[in-house]
Amino acid sequence: MIVAEGLVKRYGTTTAVDGLTFTVQPGKVTGFLGPNGSGKSTTMRLILGLDTPDAGVTRIDGRRYRDLRWPLHEVGSMLESRAFHPGRSARAHLVALAASNAIGNSRVDEVLDQVGLADVAQRRAGTFSLGMAQRLGIATALLGNPQVLVLDEPVNGLDPEGIRWIRGLLKSLAGEGRTVFVSSHLISEMAATAEQLVVVGGGRLLADTSVAKLSAAGSGSLEEAFFALTADSAQYEVASQWAGSTTPANPRRASGMTRP
Amino acid sequence: MTAIEPTQIPTGRYRFSQVARMEWIKVRSLRSPWWTLTVTVVAAIGIAAAVGAQTKAHTADVTNNILGGVAPGLLLTGVLGVLVMTSEYTSGLIRTTFTAAPKRSLVLIAKAAVFGAVSLVVGEIASFSAFFAGTTSLPRTIASPALSHPSVLRAVALAGAGYCLIGLLGVGLGAIIRHTPAAVAVLVGGVYVAGTALVGLSKSAGSYGPVSIVANSLTTTKRLAHALPPWAGLGMLCLYAALALGIGGLLLARRDA
Repeated sequence: MIVAEGLVKRYGTTTAVDGLTFTVQPGKVTGFLGPNGSGKSTTMRLILGLDTPDAGVTRIDGRRYRDLRWPLHEVGSMLESRAFHPGRSARAHLVALAASNAIGNSRVDEVLDQVGLADVAQRRAGTFSLGMAQRLGIATALLGNPQVLVLDEPVNGLDPEGIRWIRGLLKSLAGEGRTVFVSSHLISEMAATAEQLVVVGGGRLLADTSVAKLSAAGSGSLEEAFFALTADSAQYEVASQWAGSTTPANPRRASGMTRP
Repeated sequence: MTAIEPTQIPTGRYRFSQVARMEWIKVRSLRSPWWTLTVTVVAAIGIAAAVGAQTKAHTADVTNNILGGVAPGLLLTGVLGVLVMTSEYTSGLIRTTFTAAPKRSLVLIAKAAVFGAVSLVVGEIASFSAFFAGTTSLPRTIASPALSHPSVLRAVALAGAGYCLIGLLGVGLGAIIRHTPAAVAVLVGGVYVAGTALVGLSKSAGSYGPVSIVANSLTTTKRLAHALPPWAGLGMLCLYAALALGIGGLLLARRDA
């Protein structure tokens, strides 16, 4: 279970996360949805102890990230798709990270097989396509067989087959009773994968609800419900983003289609 | 889909030994550091052989002269040290590293220990091979220094330590600055340019420059005027590296990754 309480994070004069409180329950896939710049990635960095909040706290099964005894065994995460040295092989990358948490090499081969990279494991990861890089990131998250998964845009760059694969993977992980927290800018993807949704805009919580309830609120369309929810914050985002620019922007585009 | 086999969570918690093993595998699994270290050794040997063959005066500090390839070679271990930190920031790997081991000071200590050990071993190989290559290529008319002569073993051994300490200074600067070009610029500026500028200021101030310490204090068998004594020089280099690593460690812990 992931708990965020009153999270605030400022960068200079910008408030990226503004009093965010939510809980991510085990046993289901929870989608983390919000317009561009709504603070999703920042929130994930705060959960993983990479950034320090200006106020509030995040806990994973009752403990702060930095107090975890064997972090990779407890939380698996993926933030960026190319977070590896391009000159190192996929296997060496995983073997190194595994060593930090006393994970054996047999587990490395297991996750390489699981994400479909076993055949290219000895290749320099710098030669990987975006889809393969994404699979390596997911392999990294699965390394310690953790009960909690935090994944930032995992479907990014995957081909249709890969997208179907990750949907199945996330659902089966949740089905095993794990906590699965996944951000995405693709509303349709969340509709197909997630059961629960945490919707943010402008760093604030807009909704913490089930996909079914939110769709019902948008007369059956999750997309309509999402745009209705985020209309204000999206316009605010666009207004500040384009301040001083003569180019008008379509708030819908900016909110839905760009990677945060 | 493959079923996930449950893995046993080990007892205790992650410590230095696990993090150091991760860092050792990271160094081992890249080719570029080993090429660079090979070049370091070959350059030291090549310069020593050339200097040895050209030696004419009996009175010269022959040991110091044939270790002349050490000072320029320091740049290579220094830059490698910088890259130990900054290459992880370039790719974003640092955030994965810190999620695997959230104690950032422990990560820096492990990186410094692993790279320090590698660069010390390679540095000693470079300086001892250079010494033997240089003495072998001396003209017959010149008396060859031997490791058993006074101060010679110390000069050769400390030359090897110089590579390691400049490498550790690089690791610390990498942790402080995080961007490769800026950190390399500060390293070169601090080690080479500032040292030279200090000489311009006054000869005794110049003796505190890192290159001057390696060239005129650590690797001499005859004490030079306006140079720090060898062990004091070694202490200064340790202090520079420790300061950079200490500040780097504090900043890593305080800043967002």
